[in-house]
Amino acid sequence: MIQIDAWKRVLILGVCLLGLLWALPNLFYSRVEPYNDAAAAVEAGAVSTPEIEAALARWPGFLPSGLVNLGLDLRGGAHLLAEVQLEDVYAARVEGLWPEVRDALRDVRGEVGTIRRQDAPPGELRVRISQPEGLQAAVDAVRALASPVVSVTGVGESDLAVTGAGDVVSVTLGEAERRATDDRTMQQSLEIIRRRVDEAGTREPTIQRQGADRILIQVPGIGSASELKALIGTTAKLTFHAVSGRTADPETRVDADELLRPSLDEEGVFYVLERAPVVSGDDLTDSQPAFDQNGLPSVTFRFNPSGARAFGQFTGANVGAPFAIVLDEEVVTAPTIREAITGGSGQITGNFDVEEANRLAILLRAGALPAEMTFLEERTVGPELGQDSIDAGKVASLVALAAVVVFMVAAYGLFGVFAMAALGINIALIFAVLSTIGGTLTLPGIAGIVLTIGMAVDANVLVFERIREELRTARGPARAIELGYERALSAIVDANITTFIIAAILFTLGSGPVRGFAVTLGIGILTSVFTAIFVTRLFIVLWFERRRPKTIEV
Amino acid sequence: MRLKLVPDETNWDFMRWRHWTFGASVVAMVLALVVWAVMGLNFGIDFLGGTTIRTESTAAVDVGAYRDAIAPLGLGDVSITEVFDPTFEAGRNVAQIRIQAQDGAEAVTAETIAQVEAALASVDPSVTFPSVESVGPKVSGELIQTAVIAVLASLAAILVYIWLRFEWQFSVGAIAALVHDVVLTIGVFALFQIRFDLATIAAILTIIGYSINDTVVIFDRLRENLVKYKKTPLIEVMNRSVNETLSRTLMTSGTTLLALIALLVLGGDVIRGFVFAITWGIVVGTYSSVYVAKNVVLMLGVERDPKAPSDAGTQFAGPGA
Repeated sequence: MIQIDAWKRVLILGVCLLGLLWALPNLFYSRVEPYNDAAAAVEAGAVSTPEIEAALARWPGFLPSGLVNLGLDLRGGAHLLAEVQLEDVYAARVEGLWPEVRDALRDVRGEVGTIRRQDAPPGELRVRISQPEGLQAAVDAVRALASPVVSVTGVGESDLAVTGAGDVVSVTLGEAERRATDDRTMQQSLEIIRRRVDEAGTREPTIQRQGADRILIQVPGIGSASELKALIGTTAKLTFHAVSGRTADPETRVDADELLRPSLDEEGVFYVLERAPVVSGDDLTDSQPAFDQNGLPSVTFRFNPSGARAFGQFTGANVGAPFAIVLDEEVVTAPTIREAITGGSGQITGNFDVEEANRLAILLRAGALPAEMTFLEERTVGPELGQDSIDAGKVASLVALAAVVVFMVAAYGLFGVFAMAALGINIALIFAVLSTIGGTLTLPGIAGIVLTIGMAVDANVLVFERIREELRTARGPARAIELGYERALSAIVDANITTFIIAAILFTLGSGPVRGFAVTLGIGILTSVFTAIFVTRLFIVLWFERRRPKTIEV
Repeated sequence: MRLKLVPDETNWDFMRWRHWTFGASVVAMVLALVVWAVMGLNFGIDFLGGTTIRTESTAAVDVGAYRDAIAPLGLGDVSITEVFDPTFEAGRNVAQIRIQAQDGAEAVTAETIAQVEAALASVDPSVTFPSVESVGPKVSGELIQTAVIAVLASLAAILVYIWLRFEWQFSVGAIAALVHDVVLTIGVFALFQIRFDLATIAAILTIIGYSINDTVVIFDRLRENLVKYKKTPLIEVMNRSVNETLSRTLMTSGTTLLALIALLVLGGDVIRGFVFAITWGIVVGTYSSVYVAKNVVLMLGVERDPKAPSDAGTQFAGPGA
């Protein structure tokens, strides 16, 4: 006799009910989405407004409110794949070493003589000493600046590689330090991109590291990839330098420890600056758009304690001299220092309009990207196209579902009805799982669901056909049903495991829409096996127990 | 009254046509390879790099005018195709513009796209750009590599799984069927010059999944019958197995095809190539389960040990609930 323990019945029905409940919010997408946004805003400490109240009232709080994320191809938005130029950071790091190296070598001046910085490829610092016999002393002095690498893999290694040849000392970053730096650069870039995207106030952006040096950025609802690039792509590197001269000649020759930078708003004016910055944007803690004493848009900034100290010392020692505020290799302004600025805050004035000041403040606040990025891939999908795709997918899915229902009921009668009820639960379960794990539904993902509709039927068909066969050997309907399930199981399991392997491989190797497809296919396989061998079977058993038919027709 | 696609008891001699069908499969595969070699595949920007811009306008698409507007920009090979779709309402005119990857440009330049958009807007002020996609040559090269690895990895994983669950002859037969399906699908893509992109790879993998599903169900029955009819010649056991699973094969393929045809007609032009590939693959996959996979197993022969345990076919069996 076919039997299912009472606790198993409760478990199976419980899973089905939970699935239906968790899938429910997706039917009311346009209600639940504002509700979620409002709830998130309240969570973040927003002051309650009538709009927020209204949004909160649209969905009962005791019901689940998880939604399936709609992919960019469905919702519209921008997708960028960026590559971070990790080598840039090596150059900046080595550059920052120069004052320390200079001071260290000055301390051993008696042995090495005078020192002079040489031109070198980026990422390398070369210093020529006038007494070659003091090379070992010079190398030792510079090596003393090195510190152990701070990373798990680089334990015991030093961060600087110092070599000497003839009369030249050369400093680069060590191998382990490069790896550790790469990792920090990526994390910092991710963090800064996240902050910049968040500042712009878009919803549910995806910002992921891919491989060693890539970042995937997907922002739903943004107008275009270029807009997104403008938001995150700007490096906004802010530094403060001592000024050694002003010139109109762009060909002016400068020393190796100096820089020539054009002025942002004065045509044909160039500044000669000390290469090593006094303070850099890394020390910035806050930045706000403001208006200066003349009522023109400006940007205020505030340093952290160490930045404030350095800035205070510098301004104190150089009253009457100019200093330059350099943004992205252009001199924004070069005011004269009137007095020591010890409070650690200041104001940048320039030829900004309000919008520029606002954007600059955002960029400064979010910090500078540690390295430049190049964009390898960009995609923009307009919201209308996404809506069209959703509509087309909906219609196609409903028609597909209706056709399958008619076909199955015509072929298997009541058993077909059971299978179709299970299929409905199956689809609800897919949406429930996707909502719960925060999965993303893409256009190929919809195709994956439609395919699941087709394939979910297969497991039921296998069982029903098997029951038909067993009925022919006439050992009673109960026995036929039991044997049908028993004998079809091996084929169902084998067939679905192979398809699942493919979904897993697609998920691992795929990206973007392919991955979305793999997710829905994989979940669809799991839920369809569950509904076919547990849910349909439970329906049949429940029906059988009530009716006790002497014969059945499948 | 039940819908029955096949009578309850059939005893059709499927394997009688094995030489013809196998020959036909070989010829079809050779033809597909020739078409592929001669005509090549219409690779999308996923694999070639470059930019595609989708335009939508209330005015009729004038491909010539578009071309004249873009030509002065000197972007190299530009292809413009008008997109027709039964789901478009009147007054909705869509075109697809593809621009080749620009020499020496690793990153995608927003300026180029802006220039093209401005040029098109000067021809047709009502034009909008619902989607713009650019892929740099560096990434596209990697995408091809990943795609090939994905297909090969799936084949290898299936080979191992079938080998573990059945015998090596079945494994070889299943893989032969899968290669057959993949080659024929690629052949169709080359023949009709349907755009071949990442979604197509997903489609091919789906076909592999579906086809293996079908093959495994028939193999499963074959294994069961080999134990049941120990003395019957292999070819007869095969015929019996195909006949016994025929009803299921047609029901499943039928329902899946119904779902896919709905998607093909109503799903919109964006995923049509993708759905077409899967639809075609299911037809081919159903055929190859019987006539390629089985044929190969028949040729290789199966070792039949009369002393083998009789429950070999039901390792996973047992009531699930």
